[in-house]
Amino acid sequence: MEILLAILVGGLYAAGVYMLLRRSLVKILIGLALLGHAANLLIFTSAGLTRGQPPVIAASETVLSAPYADPLPQALVLTAIVIGFGLTAFALALTYRVYKIVGTDDLDRMRGTISGEEES
Amino acid sequence: MSNILTLPILVPMVSGIGALLAYRLPSLQRWIGLFGAFALLICDLVIFSTASKNQILVLQLGGWPAPFGITLVADLLSTTMLLLTGIVGFVVAWYSLGAIDEGRVAHGYFALFHFLLMGVGGAFLTGDMFNLYVWFEVMLMSSFVLLALGGERRQMQGAIKYVTLNLISSAMFLAALGILYGMAGTLNMADLARKFAQVEGAQPQALITALAVLFMAAFGIKAAIFPLFFWLPASYHTPPAAVSAIFAGLLTKVGVYALIRVFTLIFVQDTGYTHTLILILSGLTMLIGVLGAMAQNEFRRVLSFHIVSQIGYMIMGLGLFTPLALAGSVFYIAHHIIVKTNLFLISGVAENLAKTPHLKKMGGLYRSQPALAMLFLIPAMSLAGIPPLSGFFAKFGLIVAGLEVGQYLIVAVALGVSLLTLYSMIKLWNEAFWKPAPKKTNDENTKISLSLLIPIGLMAAITILIGLGIGPIFSLAIRAGEQLADPAIYIQAVLGVVP
Repeated sequence: MEILLAILVGGLYAAGVYMLLRRSLVKILIGLALLGHAANLLIFTSAGLTRGQPPVIAASETVLSAPYADPLPQALVLTAIVIGFGLTAFALALTYRVYKIVGTDDLDRMRGTISGEEES
Repeated sequence: MSNILTLPILVPMVSGIGALLAYRLPSLQRWIGLFGAFALLICDLVIFSTASKNQILVLQLGGWPAPFGITLVADLLSTTMLLLTGIVGFVVAWYSLGAIDEGRVAHGYFALFHFLLMGVGGAFLTGDMFNLYVWFEVMLMSSFVLLALGGERRQMQGAIKYVTLNLISSAMFLAALGILYGMAGTLNMADLARKFAQVEGAQPQALITALAVLFMAAFGIKAAIFPLFFWLPASYHTPPAAVSAIFAGLLTKVGVYALIRVFTLIFVQDTGYTHTLILILSGLTMLIGVLGAMAQNEFRRVLSFHIVSQIGYMIMGLGLFTPLALAGSVFYIAHHIIVKTNLFLISGVAENLAKTPHLKKMGGLYRSQPALAMLFLIPAMSLAGIPPLSGFFAKFGLIVAGLEVGQYLIVAVALGVSLLTLYSMIKLWNEAFWKPAPKKTNDENTKISLSLLIPIGLMAAITILIGLGIGPIFSLAIRAGEQLADPAIYIQAVLGVVP
């Protein structure tokens, strides 16, 4: 299972980096989202996968007995998903505004941060 | 007592929410913005005066003991950074009263400003790696909106580059965190330092070094070190000067802080590789930054490239990795935050007076505004390192530290870059202030409003005071350097055990 997830994470990273290298802003955003998903799965996988062992202390015991699934990485992933959601939403809105104001979503045509160049 | 550590996070949060609640009353928002920043400055002063008595303040949030809960830690580095945040926050909030237009205030400028300060304060205080990531995001999110607020054309183009590069950095940071947790099973910085110090064997050591470089890249983008700095000069000159000033003062410095924290506490086993790499990068950062600055003809773009160049000095101390060098880095950061913020504030006034950001079209400001010109000279000469201003001592500390360990090449680069910085500052002075105005303008009697001049004067006074009171201030920096050089002090303060 770890191997399978590792391949998936690698594939997501490859796809994300490929999309980041495109010129269109929307595709770059998709690339960023893919990178975020890859990172989330990486946290999930690298902390170790344990199947069918919830971290619940049995009624007769006082401490957890190994092996059990570590709940912390899942909490981390949950936090990261929420943050990633907010960032992606903002980035989408920004992209739309940039498209409206600059009139293009092609990064090669957006060089006008040096003032005086924007009209040319 | 250590409960006061929550205040640098809570106070800006309350001010930010207050400013949001006063959505329909922009004038009330301005006052909330100013008084909130003042309250934050007071809190940071109190924390600083407590921690400077050689005592690391530790707060275990929610009463959870150290490796399990989130810990807030205030050692000398953290508290110095907090104090500087307080000063910069207060001064820029004051400057914003007069400099930020009604539209931006009505759309939540001061609320975002305080949420930014909250993120910065949290990042400086936290003792937990994942919590650091969360504070980074709080800070970034506010900075994104601050940068884009107003929606001018070039702002938008700058914002899109800034947002993209910072999101990539966050994704790398997150991936590094995942691997870190997988390897160590903990995210508490002190616990990580303790566990990594016990690692033996070549293979796990190599994995840790690989992870260290991943963190270096993630924080390096945020700190704008070579070759990861291109987002900074593409975006920092686009928003209003007050926003540029707070970004220039604080944001990249959070990245530098994270680098220093991680590479003095956690990744200190293979210093021959990681810290040499940092040293090489610092030299290149200095050099490329200053060369970039010399080629620019726009006031704030020159200053933006200088930020990059100065970041090189800050991590040079980290690369040398001796107590004196670390002290030099801490002092350099303190000096830089004050001086650079002030230069950006002045650039805003100068651009407004000349009605252009282009140096070629500026001129005559010395004749029309002698007070402003004098106030510009102080931080500009301090940045170049002219004694007795703060920049001279900052560079002096680093260069002595470099000579002590025999790294002559980096010392030579640092001295050369210092000369080029002086050239660049003289160019700014000549173009904007000294040379005659390009055309006869009739606004020679324009008065600069006092709400802009007083904050600039305050920052200039602090620059001079640092230079005059160098003895006690540098000995404080030396104590901070000693704390950083010995991770055992930090570990013992957080975990309560001797490693």
